[in-house]
Amino acid sequence: MSVLQKQRARDPKLGYARDFVDMIARVLPDLRDRRIRVIANAGGINPLGCKDAVIDVARRQGIPVKVATVMGDDILPSIDDLLARGIELKNMDTGEPLSAVRAHVQSANAYIGAFPLAEALGQGADIVITGRCADAALAVAPMIHEFGWKKDDWDKLSAGIVAGHVIECGAQATGGNCQADWETIPNLADIGYPIVEAEPDGTCVVTKHAGTGGRVSVESVKEQLLYEIGDPSSYITPDVVADFTTVQVTAAGADRVRLTGAKGKPATEFYKASISYAAGFKAMGQMVYAWPDAYMKARAAEKILRARLDRLGLRFDAIRVEFLGANACHGVAAAEPAPDIVPYLPEVVLRFGVRSENKAAVDRFTREIAPLALNGPPVVSGLGLGRPRVEEIVAFWPALIPKSEVKPEVTLWQSAN
Amino acid sequence: MAKRKLIELAHARSGDKGDMSNIGLIARKPEYYPILVREVTAERVKNHFTGVCLGKVERFEIPNLGAMNFLLHEALDGGGTVALKADPQGKTYSSALLRMEIDVD
Repeated sequence: MSVLQKQRARDPKLGYARDFVDMIARVLPDLRDRRIRVIANAGGINPLGCKDAVIDVARRQGIPVKVATVMGDDILPSIDDLLARGIELKNMDTGEPLSAVRAHVQSANAYIGAFPLAEALGQGADIVITGRCADAALAVAPMIHEFGWKKDDWDKLSAGIVAGHVIECGAQATGGNCQADWETIPNLADIGYPIVEAEPDGTCVVTKHAGTGGRVSVESVKEQLLYEIGDPSSYITPDVVADFTTVQVTAAGADRVRLTGAKGKPATEFYKASISYAAGFKAMGQMVYAWPDAYMKARAAEKILRARLDRLGLRFDAIRVEFLGANACHGVAAAEPAPDIVPYLPEVVLRFGVRSENKAAVDRFTREIAPLALNGPPVVSGLGLGRPRVEEIVAFWPALIPKSEVKPEVTLWQSAN
Repeated sequence: MAKRKLIELAHARSGDKGDMSNIGLIARKPEYYPILVREVTAERVKNHFTGVCLGKVERFEIPNLGAMNFLLHEALDGGGTVALKADPQGKTYSSALLRMEIDVD
């Protein structure tokens, strides 16, 4: 959202997911011919701009289209008012009030639920464009619309959320990033994206188009069901608190997995908000050291770099050093590379990162990487990458906001042809 | 009792929420699930991730899926965009956990 915020600052027409508009341009005739409706949280911080671009595409193709926008998620304009009224927007992880970083806030959006999206479908929209909403709401909204589910149909809403959660990371449900028997999963180059077939009682089948790659299996679906969740008995969403410990996952034929039994509990009085704020600067430098003694050379280079930074008097909030190819991913779980394999490591990448509030210090660090190739341990590569880039850190501030402070707003727009 | 690597009995997927990593651990067969529950305790996981997970480890049982969910607090160097790690989202922690050796009857 903060990237989109910057895009809109440069051009008031931007600030949404532009690739969504390109995608609509490619598929619009199919959408019309096969009467397919689309819901997308592609609006970013400018759903109206996204709507204008989609209507423009429709006009150029001569295809009439009704587009709904769902807005009200953007709470950036009201932040000071909220804070003044004692709504502290405390960081859900640390408990700190937002006032601590208020001056650095770049974007603030509430995750809206499925009902406004369903309302947009009810108004007859062919394409629904939202700003920030819960990802799973995109899947639940058509179920609410089609089956007439009510706001207190907790079990059915929970079933919809479970299905939505399974497909919200696309092909991670259909064999992508799947650890169970990954080497046997066919044709990942043409992987099929997940489809949910929903029943009025909340029973859902996850599947994919015939002839596509990947695999929908009990294993692939279970892995995704557990992906990025907290307490599985209370998966909190805007519309319901879903209980994943009640769901049955069963095979239902080739590339078909059935989800049944989901129970839900009443929704909370809050929306989750995602707030982004500027939190200093970072840079990462990398050098590749080759056999022989690749690991020892990378370690020696680390020492040199640390000594140089010390001598320059540069102070950082954090320095992190990793040895890719030796132990970077699994840290202590993998321990140091075993002494008997160290002599055979063909190459090791020294990855050296620094973080600071002080941009000048991070920038000075980036000039220390290239000299290492000429002044340090031998048989080293990596200069081709150029000097490391100083990146502004945009950090994420999760908070809760009372639902009464957010007013989702649905508007229907008709293309003029 | 024989020692087996967890990867022989389970598969897993991991991800992030801020500075917290979650690892979903799933039994490859229903009969393995009680072994996982017995052996892969929150305490053992915390110990396994010494130096990586600086906070507590929470464990949730999900018997209907033959699975458990682990939350590793303060495990991602600040997480997301803040972290300097090669893996700031803990995507590789799943197989880090599967390196664990456990006792199997």
